[in-house]
Amino acid sequence: MSEEPLIIRIRDLHKVYHVGEVDVPALRGVNLDVKRGEFLAVVGPSGSGKSTMFHIVGGLTPPTSGSVLVNGKDVARMSDAERTEMRKREVGFVFQKYNLLPTLSAYDNIAIARHIARGSPEPDGDFRQILELLGIAHRLHHKPGALSGGEQQRVAIARALVNHPAILLADEPTGNLDSRNSEAVLSLLRDLNQRIGQTILMITHNPEAAAYAHRIVHMRDGRIVDA
Amino acid sequence: MMLTVVGLSEGMLEDSARRARGAGADIWIRPPGSAAIGLSSAPMPEKILEFFRQQPHVVIATGSVVHPIGGVNTVTGLDFEEFSRMSGGFRFLEGGPFEGPDDIIVDERYARQENVHAGDTIRIMNRDWHVRAVVEPGKLARLIVPLRTLQELTGNTGKLTQAYLKLDDPTNTDKVIQSLKAQLKDYQIYSIEEFTSLFSVSNVPGLRAFIHVIIGLSVVVGFLVVFLSLYTAVLERTREVGILKSLGASPAYILNILLRETALLTLAGSVLGIVLTFGTRWAVMTFIPASLTQKTVPEWWPIATGIALAGALIGAAYPGWKAARQDAIEALAYE
Repeated sequence: MSEEPLIIRIRDLHKVYHVGEVDVPALRGVNLDVKRGEFLAVVGPSGSGKSTMFHIVGGLTPPTSGSVLVNGKDVARMSDAERTEMRKREVGFVFQKYNLLPTLSAYDNIAIARHIARGSPEPDGDFRQILELLGIAHRLHHKPGALSGGEQQRVAIARALVNHPAILLADEPTGNLDSRNSEAVLSLLRDLNQRIGQTILMITHNPEAAAYAHRIVHMRDGRIVDA
Repeated sequence: MMLTVVGLSEGMLEDSARRARGAGADIWIRPPGSAAIGLSSAPMPEKILEFFRQQPHVVIATGSVVHPIGGVNTVTGLDFEEFSRMSGGFRFLEGGPFEGPDDIIVDERYARQENVHAGDTIRIMNRDWHVRAVVEPGKLARLIVPLRTLQELTGNTGKLTQAYLKLDDPTNTDKVIQSLKAQLKDYQIYSIEEFTSLFSVSNVPGLRAFIHVIIGLSVVVGFLVVFLSLYTAVLERTREVGILKSLGASPAYILNILLRETALLTLAGSVLGIVLTFGTRWAVMTFIPASLTQKTVPEWWPIATGIALAGALIGAAYPGWKAARQDAIEALAYE
């Protein structure tokens, strides 16, 4: 085991969904360590539990049992308000369908994330560098409908990074993109990881996308089957 | 709706007061048991005018019969000569004074609304009237017929609805009123200032209650419209709410956005409503100037805006709360 500090430490994580009167276990004892600055890909078929783990790590839903330390804080012990607070600063989400607000410009989509977290919509100075890296500085005043899928996903990445989160959580970030744009977005994620040391946890079906990561873990039936 | 109803109420009362002042009388007298403002028929004996004429300082004593002809419209029977002397005379735009018992004089607003001119025949109270003249508005009534004709038509021969006194000097008004009140205990006797001051919302039976009902309806309608609109909007924006939640937006932040949006739309709607009252005023004054008069009521603008805002915010509260409590994962999965 490396001496580098862990940014995610998951132990015996269980999550059970109640569907009517039936209990559906989504996670059955997940254990996982992610080092600060690591680019990790989680690969698995549908229903393997990878999205559930993604949602728990991101503070979108609480676990049923187990512990999930994110940047030293246990998500399992957090209240709704504390998880909301965590989403502001500790994690940034990138979704398969971009999830940009359609009525706002690209800039305002980024600014609102800043406003929610810091109360001011203005990004700080070094964020300009990230925009240059993402190659969208000249497209910021367009609305999502006027941007290509690749551009929208890059805006979504910028939005996820505007508050300098400890972890970037990417859920199938290339799922809606063609191969050229997929390659561009994956290269960007790798660059962000290498240049600014951004920790990235990426969920994907695609082995080629997973190959961009430092490490790949496989999930099946709510468990990690290799690491 | 609220501003239009209030504007119509106040406008019509003001117009009535203006026309009452145009009669030129110093004292108005209405029979015992009658309301100051109303469309009662004629229970006052005409002979009482002789009594008034014998009172000190009274220069002219005349009377009228007022008969309702539907809605708020009335026809007024006058002694043309006496009334002209008291009021300073009508200003004729077309035609001239009465010549026969079937003559009718209409004011310019009525003529414009009904498109009638001197020489035309109009039918009122199941009877054809010969339009003798069109006069400038502002002299007591819009439709004026000879007093005797209206008394006979309404079965009030020898009776009056109200009497008007012109004094030698208006400064004697209080003295004459005190004297008359001492002699005619049950009669309603007013100076012109006192009489016109009675043309207010609170002095018309049921009008204040009616305005309150309209305000209540406005609040309920505003509440329902905002509630349903926002409920639909929240459903349509489920995914957007999920996105905001994924960014760390708290329930209070989301509720705040929705309430601010509601407040902004309500303020914009209030401005639009105020602009629309100018439209309804123009329509009233253009198409039915004789039947209705609408006043612009700026003092009601903040009241109406406040009431609309309260209704809208109450209507927005539940959909806003529902949006704020949405599960982030379910909201993000919403198509």
